[in-house]
Amino acid sequence: MLDMITVESLTKKYGRGMTAVDDVSFTAATGRVTGFLGPNGAGKSTTMRIIVGLTPATSGTVMVDGRRFTDLPNPGTEVGVLLDASAQHAGRTGREILTLAQRTMGLPRSRVQEMLDLVSLTSHEADRRVRDYSLGMRQRLGIGTALLGDPDVLILDEPANGLDPAGIRWMRDLLRGFADQGGTVLLSSHLLHEIEVVADDLVVIGNGRIVAQGTKSDLLAAAGTIVRARDAAALAQAMESAGLTFSGHADGSVRTEASPDRVGEIALAAHVVLTELRAAEGAGLEEMFLELTADTQREGAAA
Amino acid sequence: MTTTVLTPSTPATSQPDAVVGRTRRPQPRIPLTRIIGVELRKMFNTRSGFWLMASLVITNVLATAAIIVFAPDDQLTFDNFAAAIGAPMTVILPMIGILAVTSEWSQRSGLTTFTLVPHRGRVLRAKFLAATTVGVVSMFVALVVGVLGTLLGSAVAGVDPVWNVSAAHFALIVLGSVLGMLFGFMLGLVIRNSAGAIVTYFVYTLVLPPLLGLLAANQRWFADVQPWVDYSYAQRPLFEGTLTSQQWQHLAASGVLWFLLPMAVGLFVVRRAEVK
Ligand SMILES: Nc1ncnc2c1ncn2[C@@H]1O[C@H](COP(=O)(O)OP(=O)(O)OP(=O)(O)O)[C@@H](O)[C@H]1O
Ligand SMILES: [Mg+2]
Repeated sequence: MLDMITVESLTKKYGRGMTAVDDVSFTAATGRVTGFLGPNGAGKSTTMRIIVGLTPATSGTVMVDGRRFTDLPNPGTEVGVLLDASAQHAGRTGREILTLAQRTMGLPRSRVQEMLDLVSLTSHEADRRVRDYSLGMRQRLGIGTALLGDPDVLILDEPANGLDPAGIRWMRDLLRGFADQGGTVLLSSHLLHEIEVVADDLVVIGNGRIVAQGTKSDLLAAAGTIVRARDAAALAQAMESAGLTFSGHADGSVRTEASPDRVGEIALAAHVVLTELRAAEGAGLEEMFLELTADTQREGAAA
Repeated sequence: MTTTVLTPSTPATSQPDAVVGRTRRPQPRIPLTRIIGVELRKMFNTRSGFWLMASLVITNVLATAAIIVFAPDDQLTFDNFAAAIGAPMTVILPMIGILAVTSEWSQRSGLTTFTLVPHRGRVLRAKFLAATTVGVVSMFVALVVGVLGTLLGSAVAGVDPVWNVSAAHFALIVLGSVLGMLFGFMLGLVIRNSAGAIVTYFVYTLVLPPLLGLLAANQRWFADVQPWVDYSYAQRPLFEGTLTSQQWQHLAASGVLWFLLPMAVGLFVVRRAEVK
């Protein structure tokens, strides 16, 4: 396993003290899907634009396969990129957009039809202008453009956005297959369920800074314990006097960093009857995400 | 803010070696000719682009027909055809030049373009050469239409065709038209917005010249420097077919001021700006 994408101390400042990306470092490895998560405005798209050279970084470096992106002789054949499916000339047909990319990369013409088949755009749709495409059709076209050059690396910004359920399933299988064949995928998404199913590694960012990174299994395992008691107040008091930090949820459950084992002991000693006690990994990525990014959420204390 | 960083970030689970890194042979850099080909294609493959190109030919034919129908017999000379055909060209060619650049920003297709070729200078060089090619070729198309118009017009009127435009004069007209187109290209590069660049172009061609003319008529000092600093004024002799060496110097000096300098600034900015 190799680090295919290496981001080191990346910082991007926009004027007047606005820091969109703040000293971000992470890697995306071959054979793995790396999920890139964070609330709105966290800096995911900015980071991805910097990786492919569309936005200049204020400081820090990005390497793709050991080289700067701009040093790749024919980038489309090594790195497939989809940043914004709507960023296409509205007056071109889908087929023309693929043809322009195919010609730029110097690929055989047959690749265009292959990609249209792969992303399930019919010939009739391919000959319509992108102006008249639905969101999901644009997304499919964008995915087709990214895959056109048969790259080793995929960088996708919210690719599942607008796809129908079958499309999402297809996309998930595609990314899994791509990584299993030794490809590298860096994927941002707000569909946490998708990320949870497909990603091997996670990078979580909030307000431009990395708040967590690691393998999905490690991160979810580290998420602590969910506990629920018949007498919630008594449980809270017991945990507080034991020095645990915890947060309560609207449904009456309480979540803490401590292990289920320790929470059980505390409850027993305080004679609190528990109705639920389990490791929090079952709570899943959404819990972890909301907790990790609580400080940076727009909605305030969402977790 | 607490930072939960689980190091090492690279996961410990090992993968079979077979799936690691697909081998591929080293690739050649994308040749400029290929980018030029793609940029030429982009000028035709949208509805607006296609009709802009088509309108070049259509206005050529309409202008020719109008001369044949309305001009008196002794006016059916090649220079009249050339002038009638040239007028719409000097408006349409700059539009083509503008859109060749601005569509990447206004339509946001630059996101793909500059990712596939992450060297903006190369893409813009290709666009420049593609636009120039279109400009020169369309002038030769216009030449053919003008020749046919002259032959047809004089045949209809029963007079001998009058060929009163020399090859050298035609070359100057081509130069003047292409310079106009490249001025549009420069505006596109500096403004990077289709509507803004087009409006600026019309201010430059329709509003500015009478104002500068008024200034020259009333201010002695400006009348003296105008040929040196007024680019469109300096271009006019090109269409008349002869330039003195001093007029060439006027063209060069005003060209540096109105074309090369802004172009350099535009290039400098575009190569550093964010594409989003
Ligand atoms: N040109 C710019 N000038 C100033 N601020 C900018 C500029 N571009 C982006 N930003 C800011 O940078 C921050 C990061 O934006 P970015 O688009 O990377 O977020 P994101 O993580 O992709 O969010 P989302 O999930 O909503 O797509 C935002 O606060 C945004 O307002
Ligand atoms: Mg984004």
